[in-house]
Amino acid sequence: MSAWVLLRRELALAWGRGGGPLLACAFYAGMTTLLPLASGPSPARLAVVAAGSAWAALALSSLLPLERLFERDFEDGALDLLVLGALPLELVCAVKCFAQWLATGAPLAILAPVVSSALGAPLSLAPLTFVCALIGGLGFAFTGGLGASLALGSRRGGLLVAVIVLPLFAPPVIFGGGAVAALAGGLGWTSGLMFLAAYSLAAVALAPFAMAAACRNALS
Amino acid sequence: MLFEGLGFGLSAGEAVALTGPNGSGKTSLLRAIAGLVRPAAGRVRFAGPAGDLEPETARSSGLHLVGHLDGLKTSRTAWEELSFQARWTGGSDASARQALETMQIARLADLEVRMLSAGQRRRLALARLVASPRPLWLLDEPLAPLDSTQRARFGELMSAHLKTGGLVLAAVHDPLPIPARAVELQP
Repeated sequence: MSAWVLLRRELALAWGRGGGPLLACAFYAGMTTLLPLASGPSPARLAVVAAGSAWAALALSSLLPLERLFERDFEDGALDLLVLGALPLELVCAVKCFAQWLATGAPLAILAPVVSSALGAPLSLAPLTFVCALIGGLGFAFTGGLGASLALGSRRGGLLVAVIVLPLFAPPVIFGGGAVAALAGGLGWTSGLMFLAAYSLAAVALAPFAMAAACRNALS
Repeated sequence: MLFEGLGFGLSAGEAVALTGPNGSGKTSLLRAIAGLVRPAAGRVRFAGPAGDLEPETARSSGLHLVGHLDGLKTSRTAWEELSFQARWTGGSDASARQALETMQIARLADLEVRMLSAGQRRRLALARLVASPRPLWLLDEPLAPLDSTQRARFGELMSAHLKTGGLVLAAVHDPLPIPARAVELQP
């Protein structure tokens, strides 16, 4: 019940006036437009790096809305209220990250196969790209939330979040990019997908405890 | 170190006005009672009708903290914010609507929080005290932005809360509009 109330608020905040998810999608599209400009528009060359670059850009786009995930509630005092609700703080953090995944991760995952195909990746990769982006997005949301909570209250929070989180994004980028590359090369791709799912699930299970501790620490 | 050797109790139906100069630790004491700050030493006990309560349960279902940060999102409407705060702390949409009437802010319900004045925002923040009944009210300078009429009205609300066995602990500089025991923090 409480979790549902919080989830609805978080989704409303994410989609509210700021339009965060749309911005993240626009950033994603913009970044993948820059790539052909930088590395030359030859389709043969682009097709080789298309899937991988789409993945890396996806990870970076997931960073964008993180800064506001906890910081906003911390600054205006709403985090005090969230701590004093019936839901344990660990679950509060999990719900916030889950909402982040629904609001930003899912739209980015829908965009991922479009972007990757636009760069020249074969259409046959599109379904796996979408699935990887969706599962990886869950990991990005939870590890990202961890970074966001650790950066609470520091000046230059946004940059700090990126610096903390980027190393944590390495495994999902490797596993997801690896799975898509394996499919493109005609190899077995399931193991990559399994590792990606395992990483995301581990993040879902463990990150809330770290986030709750970081929030308590920031409040005290 | 903000203060030491402080000890006081608060029983049902009682109000305590926490006074002391700026920086003497009034806010920190309220936050320590709410469990947001861990005191270097000492403890907070919550007693229920059947013996001591688990502090976590007492805090997550038994107290309201209204501080100078009001926890309101400026981009959302007054109603969206109050409805969430009420339901989050155990109330309902119906009780939130009732609270809007009680705090005389019903006509502001559809305005964004950014459009409200400081006094109106404070009344919106205080509305959750009415919207979800919890026995202990921890209030940090609750009256500061309110005009004299609203101070008197909030005084009536506090009296009504005390009559039903509630407890009020308020950090204040101006006297509370209700009879209250004073506890002074010395720096």
